[in-house]
Amino acid sequence: MPSFGPILQELQGPALREAVDGLPGHQKTVAIVLSIAMFLVVVELVRKRKLREEYSLVWMLTAFALLVLAIQHRLLNVVRDLVGAVESTSALFFGALVFLMLLSLQFSVRLSKLTFRNRTLSQRVALLEDEIDNLRAGRGGSDRAASDRAAAEPRDGDAGAA
Amino acid sequence: MSGPRDLIQSVVVIVPARNEADRIGAVLDAVRRAAPAARIAVIDDGSEDDTGAVARAHGAQVLRHPFTLGYGAALQTGYHWALRQRFTRLVQLDADGQHDPASIPSLLAALDAGAQLVLGSRYLDPATTPRTSFARRMGSRFFAFVVSRWTGTRITDPTSGYQAMDRRVVERLALDDFPEDFPDSDVLIALAREGVRFAEVPVQMRERLGGVSMHRGGRIAYYAYKMALTLSLLPVRRSSPFRAGRELARAGAD
Repeated sequence: MPSFGPILQELQGPALREAVDGLPGHQKTVAIVLSIAMFLVVVELVRKRKLREEYSLVWMLTAFALLVLAIQHRLLNVVRDLVGAVESTSALFFGALVFLMLLSLQFSVRLSKLTFRNRTLSQRVALLEDEIDNLRAGRGGSDRAASDRAAAEPRDGDAGAA
Repeated sequence: MSGPRDLIQSVVVIVPARNEADRIGAVLDAVRRAAPAARIAVIDDGSEDDTGAVARAHGAQVLRHPFTLGYGAALQTGYHWALRQRFTRLVQLDADGQHDPASIPSLLAALDAGAQLVLGSRYLDPATTPRTSFARRMGSRFFAFVVSRWTGTRITDPTSGYQAMDRRVVERLALDDFPEDFPDSDVLIALAREGVRFAEVPVQMRERLGGVSMHRGGRIAYYAYKMALTLSLLPVRRSSPFRAGRELARAGAD
């Protein structure tokens, strides 16, 4: 087997030597602009009441983390070495990826909860409609009066069946 | 409130249905013939056709989901409904005509003989065993083996939706952790761990009168995955953190 060692060294060498401290100039600018834009968009969405405060937190934290990492060379270097990346840029991307994974997981958990609530609510609607129908049929009179009574004393429906 | 009504309502039949307008009428008529005194509820799981109207015309109570929630959720709505009635025994069967209502008396007889949950099995009697694909037969065998081992009872058809149960089992199944898609092997094992007594009686499954089977294509793979996951988590899983269904069940049981 031919030795790939020198070739690999040749390929890796420059990259290792050039491992930059923090981000190169324009990448740093992009990261800073991106984080500020993210911050502004989140604030705007909360202002318009399109994003709930509880969900805004994770986004704010991300924007903040992005900003800090872009500005603080040393912190980004720590992250870079921690994940074993060569380029600081990759470290930043890696961080973003981890964040997105956490966010999706959070959404999946919320979805599970909402799915469950949705199911329970729909089942309850089906049962209540059935009870209202029974009340109307049982009491006669105008439908209007029956449904008013049903709305006024929902507990009565339960007791009637039991 | 007591008297003859108690007797009339001592058996309830629940029939989850979705887009079965063409088939459900005949099924309900057959249920009526097999169990004349039973109260029948059809759970219309968000049908786009006249399933609900047809069921009502054939004398069933109709509970309608505002949109499709799934087969298991429809069954559970039926359990909640049943708990609001006076009943001692519940029968569930599919609306597509696969489950012959003529078997209802034999399911009920097995309940009376001491079982708490009776499964209508299409594999118990070789004469009635339907011809299915090899993969499906292997899958069925595998789950039958697993369930039999865990429950200590010989179960040949754990995926059967044709069942009869007593009130205690219905109360248990009305709880939150009841799956909304494929309630079978995992539910049986959970019940067995809680001491429920099982029995199986042979039933003949008729060819589907149309419609689409639940177990098909990609859903089979998902089914296998889900069963593997829920079965392996069964001993260590926490009970559902949600309370709503539990309260719903309690309100019905009061």
